[in-house]
Amino acid sequence: MELVEVKKLQVQLDAFAGKDVYLHLETTNGSYASHFNESFFNAGAFIRNVVINYELGKVVGDSPHRVGLKLPHGWVYAQGITHYELDEEGRLLLAGHAGDGKLAVALEISETPFSY
Amino acid sequence: MTIPHERHVLVVFPHPDDEAFGVSGTITTHIQQGTPVTYACLTLGEMGRNLGNPPFATRESLPVVRKKELQASADAMGLTDLRMMGLRDKTIEFEDDEKMVKMMTDLIEELNPSKIITFYPDFAVHPDHEATARAVVRAVRRMKDRPTLHGVAFANNTAEMLGQPDVVFDIREVREQKMNSMKAHISQTAWMLEEMEHKLQQGDTATENWLTKERFYHYRWHEDFEKSF
Repeated sequence: MELVEVKKLQVQLDAFAGKDVYLHLETTNGSYASHFNESFFNAGAFIRNVVINYELGKVVGDSPHRVGLKLPHGWVYAQGITHYELDEEGRLLLAGHAGDGKLAVALEISETPFSY
Repeated sequence: MTIPHERHVLVVFPHPDDEAFGVSGTITTHIQQGTPVTYACLTLGEMGRNLGNPPFATRESLPVVRKKELQASADAMGLTDLRMMGLRDKTIEFEDDEKMVKMMTDLIEELNPSKIITFYPDFAVHPDHEATARAVVRAVRRMKDRPTLHGVAFANNTAEMLGQPDVVFDIREVREQKMNSMKAHISQTAWMLEEMEHKLQQGDTATENWLTKERFYHYRWHEDFEKSF
C-alpha cells in the first residue's frame, strides 16, 4: 500500500464509477477495546460483497482523507483513509492506518466478489 | 501438575494465535508424550487490525499471511493434524447455532478425543471465542460419555466468578516450543513479544510464570452456562 495522493486516487475512483462493483466497508475498535477499558463504548460496522453502482466517487481533505461515493439513491463514505493500493486483481483497496499500525477503517471496491 | 496421557486431544479455537498464548505448551507436551492432537482453527483471522504503518499487508492479503503463520505455529509445536475450518473472523456468533454444534459434533465423532480444550463460555472476552466455546459445550453436553473439557478463561471477572484455575500444567520443559509458536504468529505478536522480552530481562515474575505454566478450568457441568439448547 502507498500513502494516498489525492490526484492519483481520484483517477482510480473515477475508473469504477458507473459500474456494478462489490463493496467492502469496515470500521472497528477491535474486540478487546472494552476488555482493556471497561468504560469504552465499542462500536463498529462491516459490509462485504454488497453490490453498488456509484455515479460519483470523490477523495477529499488532507490526510487522513475522506472518500465518498454518491449512489442514485444514497451514499457510502469512509473517514480516516491514509493508504491505498490497486492490487494485482485490479481491486481498489483503501485503508486508514492509525499511527500505532492498527487498521481503523477500510473501503474496498472490486468488479469481482471478494473472498468469503 | 504433570500432564496426564490422553487417547486423543482436540483443541478448538477461532483465531490463528489463540493456541500460541494459552495452550501451545500443553499441546507440545501431549505430542511429545505420543498423544495425537488435532487443532481445529475456525477462521484465518481475516479481520486482524495489526497491519502496520506503513502496512505490511492489506485486508485482502492478510489471510494468506496468517495461514502461513498458523502452519508455522503448528510446525513449532510438532502438530501434524491442523484443520482450517473455513469460517470468517468476527462472524462466528452470527452463524446458525445448530450448524456450529454439528461442526463440533462431527469433529468429536471422527476423532473420539478423551480431552477437549477450548475457551470457557462467558469468560472468553472476544465474541468469536464465546461463540466457539458455546458450540463446543453444546456438542459435548449432548454426548453420553463426555470427554474431559478444559476451558481457557481470561475475562476481567474470572477470578471473582470462577476462582483460581483448577488445572495448572508445568510447561517449563517446552518453553522454547511455546516461544516459537508465539513467534510464528509474528504479524499479530511482534509488539507483545517485544514487550515480553523487555519484561523477562527485568526479571518480571508474572511474565516468567506465563511461560512456565498453562491454566485451565474444568468445565463445571453443574453450573452449565445455559440450562439447555
